[in-house]
Amino acid sequence: MNIEQLIVTGIRTATAEVFSTMLGVELSVGELTIEGGEPEPNDGVVSLIGLAGPWMGTGSVSCCPELACRICSHMLMTEAAAVDEEVLDAVAELTNMIIGGVKNRLEPVLGPLCLSIPTVVFGRNFRTKSAGMAEWIVLRFPWEGSQFAVKMCLTKAEKIHPMLHAPSHACTLEA
Amino acid sequence: MEPDVLVVDDSAAIRKILQRVLHQTGMGIGTILEAGNGQEALEIMKVQKIGLVLTDINMPKMDGIQLLAALKASPAWRDIPVVMITTEGGETKVGEAVRLGAAAYVRKPFTADQIKEKLAGILEPALPL
Repeated sequence: MNIEQLIVTGIRTATAEVFSTMLGVELSVGELTIEGGEPEPNDGVVSLIGLAGPWMGTGSVSCCPELACRICSHMLMTEAAAVDEEVLDAVAELTNMIIGGVKNRLEPVLGPLCLSIPTVVFGRNFRTKSAGMAEWIVLRFPWEGSQFAVKMCLTKAEKIHPMLHAPSHACTLEA
Repeated sequence: MEPDVLVVDDSAAIRKILQRVLHQTGMGIGTILEAGNGQEALEIMKVQKIGLVLTDINMPKMDGIQLLAALKASPAWRDIPVVMITTEGGETKVGEAVRLGAAAYVRKPFTADQIKEKLAGILEPALPL
């Protein structure tokens, strides 16, 4: 199994597991696309987590505001009518569990990876871009008329930040 | 006497879910207190007698591994059972938690039954189910 297949399987398995366990919702397998080029504008909630280690990149989940509220309602068993701090926190934690689950499935092949703390953005007509990354693996899961997207871009660390592997004296300045 | 429980997680959502799950277990648990990171947890523990700590690993300021190390290094706190609840499945952090003396490890996402099963193993001798 190549890295791309590993990521796709990891996203499908982790997303299904998190939705089933924490929300009591059974998702379909999700539609796979590979996206590159100019990022499309977003409306709604996007949650991002950085991955670092021998491979580096970003994992994200995104959905419309209504779906974010529905996720929060299912997860916390409370009524969420509008995107507020509680909804954003629920989406952030959902992201943490999904991308963390993918990470756990990738580590036996790619080596130890670290996760950052999630950052959640809520707004209209904004774009997100990961510097240095060409392609995103995207899975879109339909749920009650809306879509929940999980994306990941990952590449070998030296391809992004060669200076990380440079000798420690490489950046010192001579007086 | 029913022990007070401290839930430590930077996610308010997870703290809320764990509160609900702990109540659902039907175990004899006292007050459930919350902290957003290890530092806040230690501040609470200075003024409140805690019988069980449930903590996330990845948190800002002081993470769960650092909190566990601080508790196990303290004569006053070293016997308090600490359960790690985290997305981390890697050998490194889980192994470190076990080596430092974590009583149990639960991986997120979790079910209420998984939490109950782990806590029963830890608290059964002391608590009526």
